[in-house]
Amino acid sequence: MPDAPGLELIRQQLNDRHEGAVLETSFERGQAALIVDPEQILDVLLWLGITPGQEYRFLSSLHGADYLPAEPRFGVHYELLNMPRVERLRVRAALPVPGGDGLPELDSCVELFPTAEFQEREVYDFFGIVFRGHPDLRRILMPEDYVGWPQRRDFPVGGEPVLFTKDEPESPGWYE
Amino acid sequence: MEIERRKIRALSPLDQPGTPEELRARQLRARDMLRGELEGEDLERYVTERVMTTTLERALNTARANSLFPLTFGLACCAIEMMAMVSSRYDIARFGAEAFRASPRQADMIILSGRVSIKMAPVIRRVYDQMLEPKWAIAMGACSSSGGMFANYAVVQGADKFMPVDVHIPGCPPRPEALLHGFNKLQRMIQGNPDPGWRRRYNALGTEEWARGGPASAPSAEAAEAYERARELANA
Repeated sequence: MPDAPGLELIRQQLNDRHEGAVLETSFERGQAALIVDPEQILDVLLWLGITPGQEYRFLSSLHGADYLPAEPRFGVHYELLNMPRVERLRVRAALPVPGGDGLPELDSCVELFPTAEFQEREVYDFFGIVFRGHPDLRRILMPEDYVGWPQRRDFPVGGEPVLFTKDEPESPGWYE
Repeated sequence: MEIERRKIRALSPLDQPGTPEELRARQLRARDMLRGELEGEDLERYVTERVMTTTLERALNTARANSLFPLTFGLACCAIEMMAMVSSRYDIARFGAEAFRASPRQADMIILSGRVSIKMAPVIRRVYDQMLEPKWAIAMGACSSSGGMFANYAVVQGADKFMPVDVHIPGCPPRPEALLHGFNKLQRMIQGNPDPGWRRRYNALGTEEWARGGPASAPSAEAAEAYERARELANA
């Protein structure tokens, strides 16, 4: 786990190599995170993977998050791991919502990490984030004919309202 | 007032013999019966002791209720309790339903043990359709009865939205005893009612699917005829 100065160092080196790649850093509860430009996510992952001294070669998890009402709204998290040093680094691609009905887009990292294939499908399934260059981008958990992106914060919860007898004073005769 | 005290079992003709002499007498009667030498009052007594009369339908229902084959089918955490019910501690073998069948073609009963996701619902419906008549379904636990705590986008709010269910068992999860109780209710239901088939029970006559010549083709003449005959029989 890089400490806070180490994280700033990584940010410095990355921004020297790829201009404007790292937008922000965050160091909370001992967890280091780079918030990066989604257009340069592949450059960042590749740089972290092959640069001597970094070598974060293992993607232990990839997942999405919806930060509504924050801007940019979506985040795609890459949890990287350096196996020999047992150091973890989180990379977060901050994705804005495109105008209209369009879906947010991001480059797929399946070429770098084959394990990302199913996880990117899951992020697509639940958040509607499209991964450009993914070999087989379709729903993985929800039925294929499902409409909507159920883990978005503005998605209705669903289910049916349950009426309990304790609520009867507010809606008398609901059972009829 | 004198109170006559007698052994209760001596009053019953179905009772077991008490002493070795009585047992010996019964054995001799049985031997005579087999030889065809038993006559008159002795024969009548023998018959009332050993023969029970009932209707074929009742006998059939008794046989059905006491040898239900459940389907090997678990959906979620309730399935753990369902498995416990089969174990020697709760022992559903006492009620004749310990033979879980791995194929819906051989099963009489399906236990929906857990939440039904909308992706699983068509699968369950297909499995249920593949079971042969007569067939019954138990919705075990809050989730398969009403959706339970999963009031969300992924879970069907009650399994009876897509298939007929005979017994609902509340609980989250129900204890194995509760499941046994529900199972006994089902047994009683089967014994009490001559089975009219689930289509009659759930007012679904006319939804039968018949073998056709090909997809989306008209039914063949034989199939149409068989269908008409079945409708007549069902409505008779």
